[in-house]
Formats: sequence, C-alpha cells, structure tokens
Amino acid sequence: MSGVAGHRSALSWAVNLSVVALVVLWLFPTFGLLVSSFRSADQIAASGWWKALFPSQISLTLRAAPPETQMQEGAVYVIAGTLFEAGQSGSVERWGISSRAFDAFGPGDVAPLRRGGTITVAADGSYRMEHTEPFGGTRGQRVFVTALSPPDFTLDNYRTVLLSGDGQDNMAKAFFNTLTVTIPATIIPILVAAFAAYALAWMDFPGRALLIAAIVGLLVVPLQLALIPLLKFHNSIGIGKGYLGVWLAHTGFGLPLAIYLLRNYMVSLPRDIIENARVDGATEFQIFTRIILPLSFPALASFAIFQFLWTWNDLLVAKVFLIDASGRTTVMTNQIVELLGTRGGNWEILATAAFVSIAVPLLVFFAMQRYLVRGLLAGSVK
Amino acid sequence: MSPALQGLVMIVLGVGGCVGYFYGANLLLDRVIFPARGAQAGRNINRANLVRPWLFLLPALVALSLYLVYPVIETLRLSLTDRSQGGAFVGLANYRQMAAEPKFWEAMRNNLMWLVVVPALSTGFGLLAAQLTDRIRWGNIAKSIIFMPMAISFVGAAVIWKLVYDARPEGTEQIGVLNALYLWLGGAEPQQWLTLIPANTFLLMIVLIWVQTGFAMVILSAALRGIPEDTIEAAIIDGAGPMQVFFRIKVPQIASTIVVVWTTITLVVLKVFDIVFAMTNGQWGTQVLANYMYDKMFRANDWGLGSASAMVIMLLVLPILIWNVRTARREMR
Repeated sequence: MSGVAGHRSALSWAVNLSVVALVVLWLFPTFGLLVSSFRSADQIAASGWWKALFPSQISLTLRAAPPETQMQEGAVYVIAGTLFEAGQSGSVERWGISSRAFDAFGPGDVAPLRRGGTITVAADGSYRMEHTEPFGGTRGQRVFVTALSPPDFTLDNYRTVLLSGDGQDNMAKAFFNTLTVTIPATIIPILVAAFAAYALAWMDFPGRALLIAAIVGLLVVPLQLALIPLLKFHNSIGIGKGYLGVWLAHTGFGLPLAIYLLRNYMVSLPRDIIENARVDGATEFQIFTRIILPLSFPALASFAIFQFLWTWNDLLVAKVFLIDASGRTTVMTNQIVELLGTRGGNWEILATAAFVSIAVPLLVFFAMQRYLVRGLLAGSVK
Repeated sequence: MSPALQGLVMIVLGVGGCVGYFYGANLLLDRVIFPARGAQAGRNINRANLVRPWLFLLPALVALSLYLVYPVIETLRLSLTDRSQGGAFVGLANYRQMAAEPKFWEAMRNNLMWLVVVPALSTGFGLLAAQLTDRIRWGNIAKSIIFMPMAISFVGAAVIWKLVYDARPEGTEQIGVLNALYLWLGGAEPQQWLTLIPANTFLLMIVLIWVQTGFAMVILSAALRGIPEDTIEAAIIDGAGPMQVFFRIKVPQIASTIVVVWTTITLVVLKVFDIVFAMTNGQWGTQVLANYMYDKMFRANDWGLGSASAMVIMLLVLPILIWNVRTARREMR
C-alpha cells in the first residue's frame, strides 16, 4: 500500500504471518469451546479439544463372543466376529490377550490361546479363533486393543441443552426469556430517540446546546448508580421485578446512545432537502416521518444492533430488574453463570449452553457487521 | 399472560403509544391550541414552533431524567444514609466504613491495574491489527475475526476463557490449553491459574482485552485510512522507513482518535462486572469495584455502602464525562 520499495516481499510475508498469528490467537479460545460442545463428557475429560480434531489412540478392553456361539468348520471349531461394539470404530494398531502383554501382537498376527487354539485380530477389529477341540467355558476371550479412533463428534449435548424438558441444564426456556427481554427493549427506545434526535438536530430552540451536552454526559453515567434507586422506584409503583421493569430500564439506559447516534447522523443529512420541504409547506411532523426517518435507516439499524447485542448479552440489568426468587424468568447469561457454579466441571453442558447463547449475537454480528461498524464510527470518531 | 404475548403487547403498546403521542400531540398543537388560521395565524405558527421541540423531546427527557438523572442524585443521597436505621442521615459514615474494609482497597487497587493495562493493551493490539490488516488482501476477513468477540457476551467470554484456564489434577490429561502449554514447555505441575495471586487478575484482564481489541481496531483502522496519502508519500521520499512512517507520521495524525478509543475502553473497564462475577466472583484477590458494589447491594443488602461504592465509580468516571462534554461543546461551536 504505502510503497515500501525494495524489501517489499519480505515485509509482506512478515505482515501476512503476523496477521495469521493474531487471527489464530483470537479465534483459538472460541473454537475450543465450539469443538468441546460437540464432544461427550468422557471425551472432554480424556483429552484436550485440540486432540479431538485428529485420530486419537485409545486403549480398549474388549471381549470376543462367548464359546456357545462357536461353529464347526470341518475339523476345527471357530468363533468369529468383530471386537468393536456398535458405535465403536477405529483401526487396530496393537493387540494382546493378557493385560501384561496388551500390545504383544500387530494386526494379522496369530496368537496362541492359553487353553489351546489360536486367535487372530485384523486391523478392522474382526477376529477369528480356531481350535481343534470345542471351546470350553462360558465367557468370551478378553482382547486388549490399542486402536486409532477417528475424530468423533456428537449432537447429544445440544439435545440435552435444548430438548431435555425442564431440567437445570435446559436452556430453551431461558432462550425464550432472553428473546422476550431483548425485542421490546430494542424496538421501544428507537422511536422515542428518533423524535428527540430530530428536535436536537434540526429545530432551533433555546437550551438546545445544553441538552446535547447533557446527553453526551449521560452517555457515560455508570449503570451501577441506577440500580437501587430504580429498583426502589419500580417497587413503589408496583412493577416490582419483571419484564415490564427490565424493558423500561433497558429503554432508559439505551436512550442516550440512541439520541446521540441518531442526532449525529441526522445533522449530516443535506440541509436542502429539509428546507425545500419546509418551503413546500410540509409540517415538521411530515418532514420527520416522510423524509428524515427513511433517510436515517442506517443509523437506526446501527443503534438497533447495538441495543440488541447489549440487551441480549446483559447480565446485570436482568439480575437486578427481572430475575426473582422463583427463577422462572431467568435469562441465558444468568443461567450460564449458575451452571458455572453448579456444573463447573461439566464442560460438555457449559460449552453447549454458552454456544446456544452466543449463536444468535454472532449471526446478527456477521449479517449486519456493516451497520455495526458504521455506528461505532459515528459514535466515537469525531 | 405468557411473557411472549406480554412482550408483543408491550411492543404494540410502546410503539403505538409513541406514534399516538407524537401524532396526537402534534395535531393538538396545530389544530386546537395554536390553530394556524384566524386573526392570530402568524403568531400562532410561531408559538407552535416554539413548543414543538419540547413536544418531540418530552418522552425522551422524562425517561432520561427518571432513569439516569434521578438515580445519580438518589444514589448520592442513599450513600449518606443507613438503611438499617430506617434511612437516617449518617453523613460520611458509609464512606468511612468502606475505607476501613481491606476488600474495598483490594478492589480499588485491582481497578487501577485494570485501568492501566486493559486500555493500553487493547489500543496497542488494535492499532497493530489495524495497521497490519490494512495492508493485506484478506484483511477484511481477519478484521471480522478479531472484531467477533464484540458480539459475545462477557459471560460467554468468561466460559470460553475458563476452559482455556482449566486445570486437571496432576497426572491426568490437561484439557485447558494454558496448562497443556505450560506442561509442554516444561512446567512441573498443572496450575490452578484462577487462584494464583496476582497472575489471576491479569488472566481476567486478558478476557477483556480479547473482547475490546476488535473495537479499537475498527476505529483506528478507519482513522488510519483517513490520513492524507501525501504526508506518507512525502515521508517515504525523504527516506523514512516503515517504522518511522508508522510512529512519526501516522500515529501523531490519529492521536485524537487514539485518545477517544482509550477513554471509551477506560469506561468499559470501570464498569467491568460480568467477567469477574462469572470467573472468580472477586475471590482470590481479584475483586473489582463493580463486583464489590454488587456484593454490598444485593448480597449484604447494605444499600448505604453499595451506594457509596457506586459513587466511587461515578467519581472515577467524572473526569471523562467532563472531558467528553467539553469536547462535544467545542465541536458544536
């Protein structure tokens, strides 16, 4: 780009490699959780998720079919079949028939059995036992197998987390609760803010500059200050803890950013359009609804995405204004924190629950990234 | 009524109410109170135009004063009272009690460390990522990936990083990347990273840096692109190397943007709650102000002390608030 003549290719290599390193570093933790959410509890405990992407060596103790299934083929008695049970697969690398020499033989080798006869195990796990006399006893021959097992992923965790009734692990209800909090809390502030932003951008009245300054100030007031006074207020007017309270709180907290973003955008709209409309006799109300609102769509979208991400991902406001002792109105972030406490070691549940809650914002993010970036730029670069 | 239905009703009522209010109030103003006809038509139009801005602003102003302005004043008042004495005025007793608690000073110390480390590293990594991704063909994909954690909740990020920091007993397979790496590099035994003081505070900071770098990168990348090309060309003609171009030409020109990014991340840091709450809950010396406040308010139910610690956060935010307001006012002139 900025023609660094001479050592261009070496530099370009270095830049590419550094970006690859950054991207890997940033993606790695999330990717780990994603992979873990597709593994069973046993697999997660047995090996790091990064090993799940490659075939892994597993040691199994398996049993051949019991002697009662033996068949006579000419002069020899035969027991044959496959060692792997349904659902297991892999390729046998070493095997043995005693725990002291569990890797004595390779696939295709023939081993003498302790009570006479021979056994051979092939790479695909099929075996064949032969003896000139009938096999005795009741239990099948034990075989120790060291096998290379292909990567194995399962959707069971998602089934548990989404469809398992009303267990503690079930996120379905919390998912809908989160949605119930998010959608009204995103839509309601937009209209209120849009009218106010229009007045601050295009109407002249005393105190306008002061109001804009006040909004810029309110933009950074910490949420923490609002918690107790508002909870008291909600209790005193009878809302208490519930959806109405959380909607109102999110609306109030989102307004400064909404007004600020929308005003900045509306101010940059061409003056001619608005003045022409005024000359043509349009009322302020008509100018706003017919001209400003449609033209401001990008800014409205930016704010809507911000507010959506913020309300979806919020924990504090929901904990204070929504979630009561009954726990029926829990949201996903809160349920995940509770799972962290009670199921701290159960990564298959935690990872899956976290991914269920992350999935929606990620979809919104990738679909609407353009508007998000535009909003960020309007909100902070001056 | 089911919550979903309640939500639908709320949307209809909220949006419908807003539209109805704005439309109705506007109509009332133009037709009934100050009709633009009759003998005083001209005066009425002027009067209506004086009132109209406030009509448009009213709902927002009511909501803002009730949900942000009033709480600040009320919190200040609560911080000077004691709930257990029926809300009696106790002066600065809450602040004195707070200053006597070691846990509060631990939170202050940690918060200050967060304030130094997180904005600096986020902005630094963001600047690096912005500069590097702007120069390569697949830069936009790389940007998307580095930006992605912005969409992930702090709670989700906490789970993601808790897996990275996970520790299993010695001798078993490690499933946390950090411990696996530590043992692979020759570490003697797996570490319980989140209980190691003071490393654990920095490990929590990494989570926030990971989230905020994308934000810094997006904004700084836009600023870098806004630099006039001829200043860079002139520097190269004068024999400046890539490093000199970056530090002597580019960085000074985007200094004001760097400050904005830095202060924005500082604000996030001051309010950081979810990450600490979900990962350590302030144990093992990782307490921060926001979590301390939550502890006092909703676990100990001590509203006075809780409000006092909220006021401390407000006090720390205040310089940025004043600075922002002054910049905004200067730009409007």
